[in-house]
Amino acid sequence: MGAEKLIKDFEAAVGADNVMTSETDRHAYSYDAAVLDSVMPAMVVRPATSEALGLATKLCNDNELPLTVRGAGTNLSGGTIPHPGGVVVLTNGLNRILEINEEDMYAVVEPGVVTATFAAEVAKRGLFYPPDPGSQTVSTLGGNVAENAGGLRGLKYGVTKDYVMGMDFWDVNGELIKAGSRTVKCVTGYNLAGLMIASEGTLGVFDKIILKLIPPAQTAKSMMAIFPSMKAASETVAAIIANKIVPATLEMMDNFTIRTVENFRGAGLPVDAAALLLIEVDGHPGQVADEAAKVEDICRKNGASEIKVAKDAAERDAVWQARRDALPALAKLRPTCVLEDATVPRSKIPAMIEVLDNISKKYDLTIGTFGHAGDGNLHPTILTDKRDKKEWERVEHAIDEIFDSALALGGTLSGEHGIGIAKSKYLEKETSRATIEYSRRMKSVLDPKGILNPGKIIG
Amino acid sequence: MADLHKLAEMLKELDDLLVGCMRCGMCQAVCPVFGQTGLETDVTRGKLALLDGLAKEMLKDPEGVNEKLNRCLLCGTCEANCPSGVKIMDIFLKGRAIMTGYFGLTPVKQVIFRGMLSNPKLFNALTGMGSKFQGLLTKKVDDMLGSSCARFNSPVIGDRHFSTLAKKPLHKIVPEMNTPAGKSGLKVAFYTGCVIDKIYPHVGEAVLDVLNRKGVGVYMPANQACCGIPALSSGDTETFDKLVVHNMKLFAEGDFDYLITACATCTATLKELWPRMFSGDSAVKYDIGKLEKKVMDISQFLVDVLHVEPIEKTSCESVTYHDPCHLKNSLGIISQPRAMIAAAGCEFKEMTEAGVCCGCGGSFNIAHYDISKKIGVRKAENIMNSGAQTLATSCPACMLQITDMLSQKKAGIEVKHVIELYADQLSGQDSK
Repeated sequence: MGAEKLIKDFEAAVGADNVMTSETDRHAYSYDAAVLDSVMPAMVVRPATSEALGLATKLCNDNELPLTVRGAGTNLSGGTIPHPGGVVVLTNGLNRILEINEEDMYAVVEPGVVTATFAAEVAKRGLFYPPDPGSQTVSTLGGNVAENAGGLRGLKYGVTKDYVMGMDFWDVNGELIKAGSRTVKCVTGYNLAGLMIASEGTLGVFDKIILKLIPPAQTAKSMMAIFPSMKAASETVAAIIANKIVPATLEMMDNFTIRTVENFRGAGLPVDAAALLLIEVDGHPGQVADEAAKVEDICRKNGASEIKVAKDAAERDAVWQARRDALPALAKLRPTCVLEDATVPRSKIPAMIEVLDNISKKYDLTIGTFGHAGDGNLHPTILTDKRDKKEWERVEHAIDEIFDSALALGGTLSGEHGIGIAKSKYLEKETSRATIEYSRRMKSVLDPKGILNPGKIIG
Repeated sequence: MADLHKLAEMLKELDDLLVGCMRCGMCQAVCPVFGQTGLETDVTRGKLALLDGLAKEMLKDPEGVNEKLNRCLLCGTCEANCPSGVKIMDIFLKGRAIMTGYFGLTPVKQVIFRGMLSNPKLFNALTGMGSKFQGLLTKKVDDMLGSSCARFNSPVIGDRHFSTLAKKPLHKIVPEMNTPAGKSGLKVAFYTGCVIDKIYPHVGEAVLDVLNRKGVGVYMPANQACCGIPALSSGDTETFDKLVVHNMKLFAEGDFDYLITACATCTATLKELWPRMFSGDSAVKYDIGKLEKKVMDISQFLVDVLHVEPIEKTSCESVTYHDPCHLKNSLGIISQPRAMIAAAGCEFKEMTEAGVCCGCGGSFNIAHYDISKKIGVRKAENIMNSGAQTLATSCPACMLQITDMLSQKKAGIEVKHVIELYADQLSGQDSK
């Protein structure tokens, strides 16, 4: 009886066509890309207007219903897995690019705009939106901001947080809160937009986001360098930065990943190489030519056995195809693929690689490692079968140890995938009890009934 | 009705296939149906989760799951782009077969598949009669496209502009053929396919004309039956197996180097689904294994085997090309049809999203015309924006859908099979 009234209220708020309650519909929003158990929500709603989004938020609060906002559901830490009996609020009905301002170089978007669609639209106007998470062809900008998504260009261009100028968001009472501005400088009030970044849907519901745009680099040059050891490759990374060169991308692959990718694509990668670096420098043509020559020189001095510089667009594409192939090639080896993103200071990459090697041996697991060497964000990828209970136990121990080791090296639990449910139990190890309590106190004031994505980040 | 536990047991057969999906969601970027609706139940990840939920007995509404499962074009774009390499088409076809086993085939489908399709002679007789009487119910709307619409408000036809049954099907024009290899030293079997036989016989004639000119012998047995895809995609494996056996018997009698079709869907069905989905006699299965290696699309044969070359532009006709899903996604055939357009001397204009599904999807068009049309309209707009005068493709099913869409838009663009362009070019040379 109460449920029927509730459904009617939601239908009045967002439109009858935008409320889903059937078992099949609810099951389809019970998971995300994290290797975690699914949880059925009680209802799924898809607001198509800003007002409807605000009303839905208020309705959840009035009825003490847990609310989980969902973009494309590509989250790797369980941030979009709903709370039992909760409401999933979809953002893909709110997918309009409201403004691209070329003069002042910013854009205003609704949260459901797909990242790659946005980047392409911006590129058409001769501007550049750099954050390029691996899921960019489907991920939403709202999700990117809520997770502070990264990507391949983090080293030189930063991550999502570096492009958020401001936002409007709904608080639990259905009031619209305004944060930041369209100006480069803004010190009006608390930096609430900053607070919203990486908040994983636990503090507010994004309504509109103002994003910074920049002019694109005029030209770019890519190369692939082959190394006899991971150590030599890591030292090269450090040497490039020490020479005051900041490549747009600086990616690494271990031997296992190289062999898997070669087996998958057959593009002629050196299967006996211990490590590969994929490097791209970009900027003014003169600067690019100069830096590319220096990088080549540094690679050679640090023991690169071979360096292939892409001569044209096709060769450049081949270099990056190898990197794009890494995850799909690894994923095909075993039924379950656990992609981690523990991150260490750049200089600690050789140590981290050694740790991963030991963990793989200790727990008898297949781990392929690739990732953003330039910013210390590696992606150790554990290949397993979650149906094999014994092996899965070893995987869980291995993950614990990966996090412990990353923290011991002065690193962090998550470079770009978020904490969600998967990593909340490790949070205290990196921060402190007091940090978690401080965060909980803050949340309890902003969300007294605890409806905003409960159970995520701070448990 | 059998109990849910039994259905779950049946679905456990799919477990090894289903477990490969890591729920990454990348299929959302490419699924044409999801592109229109934005619903997770319409995209592959959602459908696989639903099947998994039924198999694990987490769900109690198999009707609900079945309904979602059928909202799929079976275009295979997700599988071609799946980072984990999940065998999605196998899962969907086997899933549909299990569901049909559980629910039974609808009475209409029983009549169509088991009564008509599995009996080629009856099928031919009925469609032959239909071609004589269709004028009573329909009227021409576009002479260039040859499309018609309903004369009266019809719930079946709706507002479709459809291509009518040919006055004389191919099997009446050329009942059968068995010619020796000519100057090429090659002989091919020609599998006609229902749509070419009954709606576009001139495409079949163009194939025979080109093969003849190239000195290729042709084995074309009479009484060919449907390839079985409509039955298989409705989960009717019984009819599918029956049709495969019928056709295998016909082609076992011929001696040929390749088996050619001009229908992308038939090619993919013969080459991929006959070996993977046939569940009958093992001797037939063995023969399928041998035949499968010989199956080729007509453009693939002409370009890869006969090495047909591009020529100087001779025709003023500008052409754009639509990639049928069953050539691009299933078989990776992308360059050969384009090479044929160059060999026909036409000016080529690539359209945007050439490789995106036209939205036909066989019976999907009948059950979900609203979504099918939205996808098709986008295709029509891309065709119109290319500025080409002619749309060429390699699949008669795509021709049906695109003709409907272009006719409704009054686009003034012709729809042709690539082999027609090439046959025209060859016959044009004769007259010079």
